Amino acid sequence: MSSEHGQTTGEYIQHHLTNLTYGQHADGSWGIAHSAEEVKEMGFAAINLDTMGWSIVLGALFIILFRLAARKATSGVPGGLQNFVEYMVEVIDNIVKESFHGKNDLIAPLALTIFVWIFLMNAMDLVPVDFIPRFFALFGVPYMKVVPSTDPNITFGLSISVLCLMIFYSIKVKGFGGFTGELLFQPFGKNIFLIPANLFLETMGLVVKPISLALRLYGNMLAGELVFIIIAAMLPLWIQWLPYFAWALLHLLIITIQAFVFMMLTIVYLSMAHESH
Amino acid sequence: MEIEGIRILAAAIMLSCAGVSTAIGFAMLGGKFLEGAARQPEMVPVLQTKLFIIAGLLDAFSAIAAVMGLLLIFT
Repeated sequence: MSSEHGQTTGEYIQHHLTNLTYGQHADGSWGIAHSAEEVKEMGFAAINLDTMGWSIVLGALFIILFRLAARKATSGVPGGLQNFVEYMVEVIDNIVKESFHGKNDLIAPLALTIFVWIFLMNAMDLVPVDFIPRFFALFGVPYMKVVPSTDPNITFGLSISVLCLMIFYSIKVKGFGGFTGELLFQPFGKNIFLIPANLFLETMGLVVKPISLALRLYGNMLAGELVFIIIAAMLPLWIQWLPYFAWALLHLLIITIQAFVFMMLTIVYLSMAHESH
Repeated sequence: MEIEGIRILAAAIMLSCAGVSTAIGFAMLGGKFLEGAARQPEMVPVLQTKLFIIAGLLDAFSAIAAVMGLLLIFT
C-alpha cells in the first residue's frame, strides 16, 4: 500500500520501476544509486545489479533442474521431474524439426534454453510486487526490480545475441561471398544500379529483427507488471487479491506466449539464415 | 495548455489507440479462427498453435504503445 510509507501513487510506481544500479557517482566514487537522478548521472557505465542477479539465478535454476533430471533419468518408471523435462525436450524438439529447415545441432538446445529461461524470467511477474522488494529493503537495499525481462538491457542482450548467431551462421553456411551477395543483390536482383536500394532494404531487415524481438518482450512484460503495480498502488488491501488473481490468470497465458514467440521467431530467423536463395 | 496537460492527453491517445487496435485485431483473429475451425474441425490443433503465435505477435505493438503511454503518465 502506498499510504503506509508516505509515498504518493506516482512515487510508489516510480520506485517499483527503478533498477538497483551500481556505477560511478558524479563525484567519482563507485557505489549504488539511491535516486533516479543518480542513475541518470551514472550514464552508460553502470550495471543493473537486480536484473543481472535475478537472471543469473533463474538461469542457474534452469540448468540445475534439467541437469538433475538428466542425471537421475531412469528407463524404469519416471518421476514427475523427469516426465516434465522429457515432455519439454520432446515438444521443443518437434517444433524445431517442423520449422527449422537447415542442419544444425545447436538450434534445439538453444530454443529450449531461450524458452525456459525467458519463461522463468517472465514468471517472476507473478510474485506479488511488494514481496521481494520489501524483503530486500530490510537489508537496506533501496531498489529491487524483480522481473528481469522488464529491463530492456536483458531483452536487447538476448535479441542481439540472436542477431550475432544469424550473421555467424549466414557466413558459415553461405560463405562470406554468399552473405554479402545476399545483402547486395537480394530483393531487386543483380544490377549494379540497384545495389544501394538492396543494401538499404536488407540492412534494415537485419536490424529491425532484433529490435522488434526485444521490444515485443519488453513491452508485454512491462505492461503486465505495470498493471500489477497499479493494482497494488490504487486499491485497498482487502480487495487486491481479486483483480490480482484475475490478471495473474490472463498473464500466465501472456508470459507463456511471449516466451514461445521469442523462441519461435529465433528458430525462424536462424532457419532463414541457413537457407540460400 | 500547460505541459502536464499535454502529456496526459498524449498518453490518453496512445492508450486508447492501443486498446482499439488490439481489440480489432483480436476480433478478426478470433473470428477467422472460429470460421476455420467450423469448416475443418480436424485442423483445430494446428490452427490453435498458430493462433497463439499470432496472438503474441499481435499483442506486441499495442503493448509497446500502452507501456509508452503509461510511462508518460508515471515518470
